[in-house]
Amino acid sequence: MKMKKAISAVLAATMAMALLAGCGSGSGSDSGSGSSGSGETGGSQEAFRIGAIGPVTGGAAVYGEAVKNGAELAVKEINEAGGIGGKQIEYKYEDDEHDAEKAVNAYNTLKDWGMHALLGTVTSAPCVAVGEVSQADNIFMLTPSGTAVECVQYDNAFRVCFSDPMQGLESAKYIGENGLAKKVAAIYDSSDVYSTGIYEAFVKEAENQDFEVVAAEAFTAESKTDFSVQLQKAKDAGAELVFLPFYYTEASLVLKQASGMNYEPIFFGCDGMDGILAVEGFDVNLANNLMFMSPFTPTSEDETIQKFVTDYQDAYGDTPNQFAADAYDGMYAIKAAMEEAGVTPDMSSSDICDALKDAMTKISIDGVTAKGLTWEADGEPSKEPMVVRIADGDYAVVE
Amino acid sequence: MTMKKMSKTTKSNMITYLMVIVIFLVVEILVFTGNVSSLLQGLLVPLCAYIILAVSLNLTVGILGELSLGHAGFMCVGAFTSAFFSKCTVDTITASGLRYFLALLIGAAAAGICGILIGIPVLRLKGDYLAIVTLAFGEIIKNIVNILFIGRDSNGFHFSTKDSLSLGLEDGGKVIVNGPQGITGTPKDSTFFIGVVLILVTLFIVLNLIHSRSGRAIMAIRDNRIAAESVGINITKYKLMAFSISASLAGVAGVIYAHNLATLTAQPKNFGYNMSIMILVFVVLGGIGNMRGSIIAAIILTLLPELLRSLSDYRMLIYAVVLIVMMLFNWSPKAIEWRGKYSSKFRRKNKKSTKEAA
Amino acid sequence: MSFISYLVNGISLGSVYAIIALGYTMVYGIAKMLNFAHGDVIMAGAYVVMVAISGAGLPPLAAVLVAVVFCTILGVVIESVAYRPLLNAASSLAVLITAIGVSYLLQNIALLIFGANTKSFSSVVPVPALVLAGGRLTIAGETIVTIFSCIVIMIGLSLFIKKSKAGQAMLAVSEDKGAAQLMGINVNGTIALTFAIGSALAAIAGVLLCSAYPSLNPYTGAMPGIKAFVAAVFGGIGSIPGALIGGILLGIIEIFGKAYISSQMADAIVFGVLIIVLIVKPTGILGKNIQEKV
Repeated sequence: MKMKKAISAVLAATMAMALLAGCGSGSGSDSGSGSSGSGETGGSQEAFRIGAIGPVTGGAAVYGEAVKNGAELAVKEINEAGGIGGKQIEYKYEDDEHDAEKAVNAYNTLKDWGMHALLGTVTSAPCVAVGEVSQADNIFMLTPSGTAVECVQYDNAFRVCFSDPMQGLESAKYIGENGLAKKVAAIYDSSDVYSTGIYEAFVKEAENQDFEVVAAEAFTAESKTDFSVQLQKAKDAGAELVFLPFYYTEASLVLKQASGMNYEPIFFGCDGMDGILAVEGFDVNLANNLMFMSPFTPTSEDETIQKFVTDYQDAYGDTPNQFAADAYDGMYAIKAAMEEAGVTPDMSSSDICDALKDAMTKISIDGVTAKGLTWEADGEPSKEPMVVRIADGDYAVVE
Repeated sequence: MTMKKMSKTTKSNMITYLMVIVIFLVVEILVFTGNVSSLLQGLLVPLCAYIILAVSLNLTVGILGELSLGHAGFMCVGAFTSAFFSKCTVDTITASGLRYFLALLIGAAAAGICGILIGIPVLRLKGDYLAIVTLAFGEIIKNIVNILFIGRDSNGFHFSTKDSLSLGLEDGGKVIVNGPQGITGTPKDSTFFIGVVLILVTLFIVLNLIHSRSGRAIMAIRDNRIAAESVGINITKYKLMAFSISASLAGVAGVIYAHNLATLTAQPKNFGYNMSIMILVFVVLGGIGNMRGSIIAAIILTLLPELLRSLSDYRMLIYAVVLIVMMLFNWSPKAIEWRGKYSSKFRRKNKKSTKEAA
Repeated sequence: MSFISYLVNGISLGSVYAIIALGYTMVYGIAKMLNFAHGDVIMAGAYVVMVAISGAGLPPLAAVLVAVVFCTILGVVIESVAYRPLLNAASSLAVLITAIGVSYLLQNIALLIFGANTKSFSSVVPVPALVLAGGRLTIAGETIVTIFSCIVIMIGLSLFIKKSKAGQAMLAVSEDKGAAQLMGINVNGTIALTFAIGSALAAIAGVLLCSAYPSLNPYTGAMPGIKAFVAAVFGGIGSIPGALIGGILLGIIEIFGKAYISSQMADAIVFGVLIIVLIVKPTGILGKNIQEKV
């Protein structure tokens, strides 16, 4: 009993401290934004506050890290070039651990900070949850890489990347129209939103195309080390092409295991496949039969892309992947839209949002993921997907 | 003697209820006067869910004395059944209070039934074996939810375990449960007030159970199963009772959780064994069998990573260190001894000074 | 033909689970604690090998040796700082929670040092793949080495426990800590030794895991760790041959479930079988049935 009391005492003390800290941070941000924490940011501010949300811890950290860096690079460049309409950008990134609940917490933290617009979130399920609250607050959001349809269901939300159905549809079309194969197998992550979304659209479109899906096998987040069964089934069904709508982390294992069993079909992936050559220590020969649909290739000779890749490598020591590129373009899109709308940092985030909704459909930017990138009012970008083929350990764009 | 003891437990229970009510009032006043950041306001409802989870798991771990690593599974059942119900009836039952109440009943009942179903065969297992079976159960639930597709059109409901295409919906039909994408667009009915009321209800159920005849039977089984059996206590009945109550309360937490976010997906992060372990951490840190401790631990450990946000990259690292240090401080016999010495010295001094003052 | 190929794949996956489960079961048998950080020690071992090979340019075998030494020290440090103070705590759950804390800690340290990017681990196994039946069946070199190491380690451990003085001390501590102490056995030292051996095994498991499935990130160890824990319970936790049998059976069930029932339901099938086995035989396949006394 005495022990329990002591524990309660200790815990209560800790809690008191925690609460104090909480109030402290709360009041601090309030004085910063000059109003009562409702997201309205009146007062006189000298800079635009742009927040970003994504996972930097947990299993999906690699994507959040890329977005964090890509956006940061863009912010640096924009600020050096004079900012948005003469105003500097303040940039703040919050971790969501790839969890919807944590993402809402991150969003609220940014709201307390006085965010004018949000670049995020990185992954789909958290993005849907944040979309719901940002719509209620009327804060503008542009997700660099939230691919699920519902990510942009409200009029305040836009995205830089392709949607899941769009990727599945385009992949199936490409395979069918170019006659890559007659028999196709699909392997997908049945516990993942992105992977299932693409897979479903792919199978749907496959009916209209001149090939047959001979095997469709799934895996889950809990068993993603061994792909021998899925590959064996594809092989037994005689598939000449295996569709892999998931991330390169798992794909590198699939490629390795396929080579182990002497199975050499064409592998076809989506934008999540991008970055596979950058995996440290990856045997590039395994990827020689790999094609994927991506808006971004780090080896492109385009001047903008080359500059982006070099700067990114200098700053972060890594080759940027498509997530970093999407975030980079996203930040420039926010800049373009803000300038188009002529907003100023002393406007409330809700007024900024209303102005940006309209401005987004008018701008066109030449970014690293597309030239002449424009947006529709439904939040979808209009850009052409590119198919990239890996040959001799390097990316090459297929016309 | 017994009178004194009884009144002592009643007093202790009263303190627990009072603590919840005081915290609620303080938070409400702070919110009303505009002193609470959006971050903390957003955390209030999930916090209620975690507190209920911690209290309900403490019933299994502390009172029943069995280790369960599948609590998130029961939460998942409650969340998905209730969200499914709310999503289906959002147009037919427009009174959100009534709909939420029904959702609560459904969530609790579904989780409770799962508790009974899993409890009957496995409660005869002991210790770590029971732990692993409950863990397995949680993973099975998560796996099944992830491959479940349910849609509705004018012909009624359609089920599939393959993908949403094989539902064969006619035009205008809606997919309600969409595999790994889960349920999107659940009405946001959970509020802090409802959450606190549910915490009080949970505490009322659990504390009354503990101090009832059944509760004493359950604790007798925990302390010595064979002795309890020999005095005629029906082991299976009481074990099952505690386990299923605990499960249905976890279901209630799931209902709160599901009706707070626009998107409900079964990821390893929210309904996997990680979450079950997280709840267990609340229980053990707060003191096994100590409901008040569970509440406090749930509050601290939910707030901690959020308050550490300014440390960005080091956030989870520091969280881990704090967790280890708190555990060592709370549980290590040496630390307890040291604390005992220190506090008794302190108390003696206090007494002395009061005497002197008198 | 595909049946045999599935069987081989199941055994090769199972052998990885088995080698991780050996470390789990060994620590459980003596210290009676579930070391949730075991999977993360595996991850640490794999990173050390990677750094030693690509960074310091050591030959693979020397790198493995470095990893074994590193993990042994890591294991002993974890035991003495985080676990030993709780050895006599009022509830055995306390040390379980601390182990979870240690697991978070190791993951986040690795995240800070190496970043979240997945790194491809180049296999350190020099054995070529075995090609049978005219190329229709391939057994990877990693599989052969993993199974071989599993058996060697199992026999080695069994002999060590049966024949050596320290091994006998371990047995005594696992039977009755208090009595062992009275017999003059250094209980803390014995438990530390157990952790040292368990962690050294984790280093080897890490190398073999990442050679067979060459992708490495800070969370690599967590999931196989849980699966191995399941395997250890499956075979009867605390039993060394049980870990081997449990691991291999788990691998085979997982692969067969995917192959013949449903690849979407793989987890549900594995865990479902586990529940059924435990209901029929409550202490696992080779677990001892301890009679409870009043």
